[in-house]
Amino acid sequence: MSRRFAQRLDLRNGTVDMTHGSGGRAMAQLIDELFVRHFDNDLLRQGNDQACFEAPAGRLVMSTDGHVISPLFFPGGDIGALAVHGTINDVAMSGARPLYLSAGFILEEGFPLAALERIVASMAEASRAAGVPVVTGDTKVVERGKGDGVFITTTGVGVVPEGVNISGDRARPGDAILVSGAIGNHGVAIMSSRENLEFDTSMESDSAALHELVAEMVTAVPGIHCLRDPTRGGLATTLNELALQSGMGMRLEEAAIPMDEEVLAACELLGLDPLYVANEGKLICICDPADADALLQVMRAHPLGERAARIGEVVEDTDGFVQMETRFGGSRVVDWLAGEQLPRIC
Amino acid sequence: MCLALPAEIIAIEGDMGKVNLGGVHKEISLALVEDVKVGDFVLVHVGYALNRVSPEEAERTLALFAEAGLGGAA
Amino acid sequence: MKYIDEFRSRELARKLAEGIAREADTGREYRLMEFCGGHTHAIFRYGVQELMPDNVTFVHGPGCPVCVLPIGRIDNAIGLVEAHDVILCTYGDMLRVPASGRNSLLKVKAAGGDVRMVWSTQDALKIARENPDRQVIFFAIGFETTTPPTAVAIKQAKAERLENFSVFCNHVLTPAAMQNILDSPDVRDLEKVAIDAFLGPSHVSTIIGTRPYEFFAEEYHKPVVIAGFEPLDVMQSALMLIRQINQGRAEVENEYTRVVTREGNVKAQALVAEVLELRRSFEWRGLGEVPYSALKIKSPWAEFDAETRFALPRVEAADVRGCECPRILRGVKKPTDCKLFGTVCTPENPMGSCMVSSEGACAAYWSYGRFHQARTRESAA
Repeated sequence: MSRRFAQRLDLRNGTVDMTHGSGGRAMAQLIDELFVRHFDNDLLRQGNDQACFEAPAGRLVMSTDGHVISPLFFPGGDIGALAVHGTINDVAMSGARPLYLSAGFILEEGFPLAALERIVASMAEASRAAGVPVVTGDTKVVERGKGDGVFITTTGVGVVPEGVNISGDRARPGDAILVSGAIGNHGVAIMSSRENLEFDTSMESDSAALHELVAEMVTAVPGIHCLRDPTRGGLATTLNELALQSGMGMRLEEAAIPMDEEVLAACELLGLDPLYVANEGKLICICDPADADALLQVMRAHPLGERAARIGEVVEDTDGFVQMETRFGGSRVVDWLAGEQLPRIC
Repeated sequence: MCLALPAEIIAIEGDMGKVNLGGVHKEISLALVEDVKVGDFVLVHVGYALNRVSPEEAERTLALFAEAGLGGAA
Repeated sequence: MKYIDEFRSRELARKLAEGIAREADTGREYRLMEFCGGHTHAIFRYGVQELMPDNVTFVHGPGCPVCVLPIGRIDNAIGLVEAHDVILCTYGDMLRVPASGRNSLLKVKAAGGDVRMVWSTQDALKIARENPDRQVIFFAIGFETTTPPTAVAIKQAKAERLENFSVFCNHVLTPAAMQNILDSPDVRDLEKVAIDAFLGPSHVSTIIGTRPYEFFAEEYHKPVVIAGFEPLDVMQSALMLIRQINQGRAEVENEYTRVVTREGNVKAQALVAEVLELRRSFEWRGLGEVPYSALKIKSPWAEFDAETRFALPRVEAADVRGCECPRILRGVKKPTDCKLFGTVCTPENPMGSCMVSSEGACAAYWSYGRFHQARTRESAA
């Protein structure tokens, strides 16, 4: 189905205006010349308000995420790629194979179309590389001042293989705690591009789709207990969540946690604790201790898990504390974060 | 209070300098120090070098730590 | 990272822990007040207390400039943003501190106020240059370490004729605070807070030198060791204090010799003296009015003083009822003595500055203290 419009969208100098969300011709043109053109798949090209597909056999998994990040573009990524990776990962953390994505956009009046195209192209690239198409979506426009440029909501569906039961409440005493690689990169990359906190560093966001790594892990050890990606709030927050959900405690070893030297250095300069800094391409895995070595081997063989490490164990603890033996030989509690961690001078 | 870290000066231009800490480079002010040169380590706080770090004293301090374990008062 | 990693060595920590255990006399207590919030932070972050024998404890002092700033001054800062179309530049530490009516700079920012977090006064100057038609105010806080950068900024602003730039000055002085604590009835007469010795602040001392502490050692007969910032420095300094106490000495010793000298940073001191001068008195949260404990901008530089440019009212603001921050800051009460601690006042919902600041006693106690209590409960059961 082709549409004929009087003029092509001015993707170089044009901006979003209220007509783009009003359901009329302008919106149809935006969808056609921007979204459909980039996302480019059969389901989307049908032009319906929904995507219809065969339900695969097995248990279905669904996950949704709102993305409101600022800045929109940062070293190693942008809000678009982040949205795609984020939802693919959320689906994958159940052990599921992600199948399809939807993408809802809330655009602020005045937002440059060139920037929007950059974001959409990036999403399309991420989606294509991951093999998970964006099959349906929605666009709305809000008045100037009522949005932060663009908000994106992505929803993903996937299917879980037989015999896989991964859930945050399945951690048991003695379980091994594994992490897939170096932590803190994403949060530091974001900070480095925020105003007034610039430093020259080659650090980039680690934003990545983890579903293929997960597929290999689940094939090797279908009985994995927990999987979760430590996004906002960092490793520490996610571990506390898992501890709470499972009613367990944890003991970590600081020296075993992989971190890039630059991330450590940037955190030192800003007074941040890397344990609470966000990651967008890492996962935590909790498994039976007997399975730890096999999993580490599989992870390290994959490009996204080269620095996978065993960082601790789950322990019996009704108070649910996550403790850590420090590099120094002392011990500390790794508690929940209260609010966003801010750089400090004191 | 007063989060301050030792970093290596890698460039100087007038009253401003660039330091390296673990591969991270940052521009800082050298207005509070004198006679520093590239290769020196300075203590960095809120974007300023506060003082030069003395390598000799650092060595001496580390040696003191090791001594403590050997027993006996200073 | 050079000059950092070596001072966090696990191996040396073990050696020092053995040394301390050997030299600490089991027949007595050693209560070491660490004045500097950075030390509080290091102790918790690395778990230093765990490596010390039971009879050696760290008492947390008021060395947190965020904690000791009275609510009224934060109200002033908020007032500046709300009443005028200014850009308020602030260090990150101040953003979440609750002021009157549970307001904070972060909340003001969320409501549309132009509050910008900066890492350095240099950033504030840059903002002033880039926004010549807006008033740019720098919210200056901190002890003597953080003061010279403010002085440099004011001088630079004058040299560049940055007329839209001004500073809201809240710099406070360390020795005055130490004296105030030592003079307080709680400590001096009532022995309510027993302090045997002081771990002196690391970076304040790099500016002011070790000389200003000699008065304390002599007058109050308490040993002082200027301690470095890393956990090994803290342990070595504790050992040096234990030795002094055992030997009945009360001297000023310097453990942080790699950046601290007796004279300090003379150039920085001169810059500060050129631009700032003592206030006759300044209110500290928890300590009340303390004479000659804070700095204001000198009259030749008055054009850069936000307090004169904007006629800031003196705000008498009260702490939230039940908040024990004032007594906790002085070491008279522990966080767990405060009725609000853990109930109404949590890190998610802080009532006072001791909970907001990452080195406030309450915030530090929140994790470690709760954990310690749980373990104690366990072993008692």
